[in-house]
Amino acid sequence: MKTIPTLGEILQAQGVSRRGFMKYCAATASLLALPPAMVPRIAQALEQARRPSVIWLSFQECTGCTESLTRSSSPTLEGLIFDSISLDYHHTLQAASGDAAEAARHAAMQENMGKYLVLVDGSIPMANPGYSTIAGISNYDMLMETVEGAAAVVAIGSCAAFGGIPGANPNPTGAVSVSDLVKDKAVVNVPGCPPIPMVITAVLAQFLTFGQLPDLDVHGRPVAFFGQTIHDRCYRRPFYEQGKFAETFDDEGARKGWCLYKLGCKGPITYNACATVKWNAGTSFPIESGHPCLGCSEPGFWDKGGFYNPISTADIGSGAGLAGAAVAGVALGAAAATLSRKRQQKTIKEG
Amino acid sequence: MSLKDPIRSPIPFSRGNVRPLLNEIIHALDRLLSDDEPTVIDLASLPFAPGELEELEQTLGSGELTAELDALGKSVIRETGYPGVWWVEHRNTGGEVVGRYIEITRSPEILMSQDADIGAGRARLNDSFESPGPELKEEAGK
Repeated sequence: MKTIPTLGEILQAQGVSRRGFMKYCAATASLLALPPAMVPRIAQALEQARRPSVIWLSFQECTGCTESLTRSSSPTLEGLIFDSISLDYHHTLQAASGDAAEAARHAAMQENMGKYLVLVDGSIPMANPGYSTIAGISNYDMLMETVEGAAAVVAIGSCAAFGGIPGANPNPTGAVSVSDLVKDKAVVNVPGCPPIPMVITAVLAQFLTFGQLPDLDVHGRPVAFFGQTIHDRCYRRPFYEQGKFAETFDDEGARKGWCLYKLGCKGPITYNACATVKWNAGTSFPIESGHPCLGCSEPGFWDKGGFYNPISTADIGSGAGLAGAAVAGVALGAAAATLSRKRQQKTIKEG
Repeated sequence: MSLKDPIRSPIPFSRGNVRPLLNEIIHALDRLLSDDEPTVIDLASLPFAPGELEELEQTLGSGELTAELDALGKSVIRETGYPGVWWVEHRNTGGEVVGRYIEITRSPEILMSQDADIGAGRARLNDSFESPGPELKEEAGK
């Protein structure tokens, strides 16, 4: 049986100094949204961590999730985290194909029985197994066979987490999410269209560092990144409180950077970390670029009545209170914006 | 212009993060002086409006000491205009910022030579005595 090197050994072999390692640990703490005081503990854990085997399955998807992760830039500190896993199967990235690729998947499963991670992007068609196959194997059969010996499963992107765009009305393929099918394993959902690459690597880093999965909310999402709404952390929030809204994309309010609520922003009901982690190496996020949040990390985001319709007119249940906030401004705003947050906290406790 | 260039908004959207942070720094300096307790503030955890981070950096200014670290990409460790308050910025090998912190301490830990590196350096130095240098090799060849 081959000896699996520790992360400390891997970094040492790459000529990384202790200072470089401390820098790596500080970035990991930041990535995991842990306080800087945790850095020494992270350093101790990472030094001894052994690289886990990862099998990545791609089903009904657009490859945007893989692009999000692999295009984030290279080489990077977070890239090192990705390098420190053993990616044993990913049919888009691996050189092998057909029988050779499937043999690699089976070998990884056998060698790491009970210890490997399964990452899935894309939804699974249940109306007809022939809608999506890999090497002649249906998505359903491949998923169920692969997760059997897994330590945990991570559903990457809104398609794997909630059915996503393939599952949008009228859902012609009968698309379902991973957690609709996998009931006897821990499933972590990292939704988004695509998900923030830092959040994907953070889940891997958490598993690598502490050998356990992060705390999850009622939708199976890591609380560290999905514990607050976009609205809670939005720098335009003060304008919402003041009742200042852009009414069109080219009016005075839009030019002055006022709140995009009336242009359909789903920030108040969307749990994600875009407002703080941001995109493209921290450059910005959609609202900063002048576009409303689409709510892509929420279940059924595609069928919520139109991206440019305000929450108050969309068919999403909790819009009435938030609409009142938009009209009344400060007082109602503060109360209504906390409604969805309280609901989230309640469900976390119950979960 | 590239993605690595900072985006400077023409419109100041102050969310008011700077003033509370300055207060937090004052409290941290008190703890450093009274209990010798350092503090690290991870700036990635705060929702800065465009321009606010630059405002914070300008407010803190530059002090007497700036160090550059070259390990897994460049890092700048700079004492601000307020002694004991350090601006620490880590970049990856692509030049992207991967961590930005304010450390309230006498000297950031990352500036210290680390035991593992000291040990490895000592071993290298020792090896250089044990293996013959170029001059000795030339003499042996005569």
